[in-house]
Amino acid sequence: MTSAARRTCLALLASLLATGAPARGAEPRVVEIVARRFEFSPALITLKKGETVTLRLKSLDVTHGFFQKALGIDLEIEPGKVTEMTLTPLTEGRYLTICDHFCGSGHGSMKLTIVVE
Amino acid sequence: MKAVDRRTFLRIAGMSLGAGALYRVAPAWASDGPAAETARRQAETNGEAVTPFTFVQLSDTHVGFAGPPNPTGTRAFERAVEIVNALPVQPELVLFTGDLTHESEVPGEHAARMKRFGEIASRLRAPARKMVPGEHDAGLDGGALYRSVFGETSYSFDHRGVHFVALDNVSRAKPEVGAAQLAWMKQDLARFPATAPIVVFTHRPLFDLKPDWEWFTRDGDAVMAVLAPFENVTVLYGHIHREDVRRDAHAVHYAARSLIFAFPDPAKAPDKKPVAFDQERPFRNLGLRTVRCGAAAGTSPRSVSCEEVELSMRRYSGTEGFAQVLKPSSL
Repeated sequence: MTSAARRTCLALLASLLATGAPARGAEPRVVEIVARRFEFSPALITLKKGETVTLRLKSLDVTHGFFQKALGIDLEIEPGKVTEMTLTPLTEGRYLTICDHFCGSGHGSMKLTIVVE
Repeated sequence: MKAVDRRTFLRIAGMSLGAGALYRVAPAWASDGPAAETARRQAETNGEAVTPFTFVQLSDTHVGFAGPPNPTGTRAFERAVEIVNALPVQPELVLFTGDLTHESEVPGEHAARMKRFGEIASRLRAPARKMVPGEHDAGLDGGALYRSVFGETSYSFDHRGVHFVALDNVSRAKPEVGAAQLAWMKQDLARFPATAPIVVFTHRPLFDLKPDWEWFTRDGDAVMAVLAPFENVTVLYGHIHREDVRRDAHAVHYAARSLIFAFPDPAKAPDKKPVAFDQERPFRNLGLRTVRCGAAAGTSPRSVSCEEVELSMRRYSGTEGFAQVLKPSSL
């Protein structure tokens, strides 16, 4: 490979890394979320626009929902299982994600904010 | 004299008393005027004179709830019962649109709350009471306890030509009706002409009012598609603890205020937090306006303020409308 071609490859690789696109074979970033009555932990996660991430969710007690219509998130988190989905948010904003599987008196306060920037 | 055709106008007018919502169903000849008089005489000649009837919607009584947004417990509910009983024209029916009780996981407590709800509701003079559950009644156990106390969570009945459909969008834990209930509803409505007045009462909104606050039904579009062939559809619901009126191509949707605490306007409030309790006006924003709790001696009650809420008011056509109105009640 000529030095010019090498410089081009290096520049291209640097460009890919700068945009956050995974290099070939790299797994998406994993964001761990825990659900329990009556909260999601963490309560806020920050994603980059265009970044592909894997949300990995588990419940410590009962079945919870995980719902955010605009981002296409619609999951059931059953205890004893790991629930995953891959997400690539394309629009910046703050998205309120709720539990939509009634889980008791504090159900209405279960929410997680996804910030896409 | 100009011949009056067989059309009739089924006028459904709702009035929000502050004690829920009062609906009046009356044929158009209940209004005044020469045409109305002609229609009335013709109806009597044909044996089709119909008397109007009224019904009331109460919602979200949350019996058993006690907390900062409302430390008065069932006082608003009990006062609403008094107001309804004092109405100059008694309703023939009271509909409860869910969250009759607030859940409890203490053994026996939720059943006790359902019993308490029944005790208060039984004070209503109205001859019939019908209800649907809310998620606080049925969300944790699929509606098992609710059914054992109050009966089925979805059903239908007819009264003076209006077909009432009770729809359950809470027992599946998720905010949805489900395929089986949709199929039942379609079959239930199949025998009615397009002009039949249909009143659907349910707990959650059947449209995306505010999904981030869980103010929606996942298959609400499918429900409305089943109702689409009908011209006179009214949906009554609760859940959101505030009044709301929405019209779409096929129906008008009315939300009732609760009898426990209010939620703010989702268009203005950043968070779904109950409106703070006002000790000076403890029933503010609830379905009740005439009583001041802890009022000083000699203070007179405030007058009832009424809002005229017009439900689906479309023309009836042909004789189907008459036939619907004359069908015996199956209450």
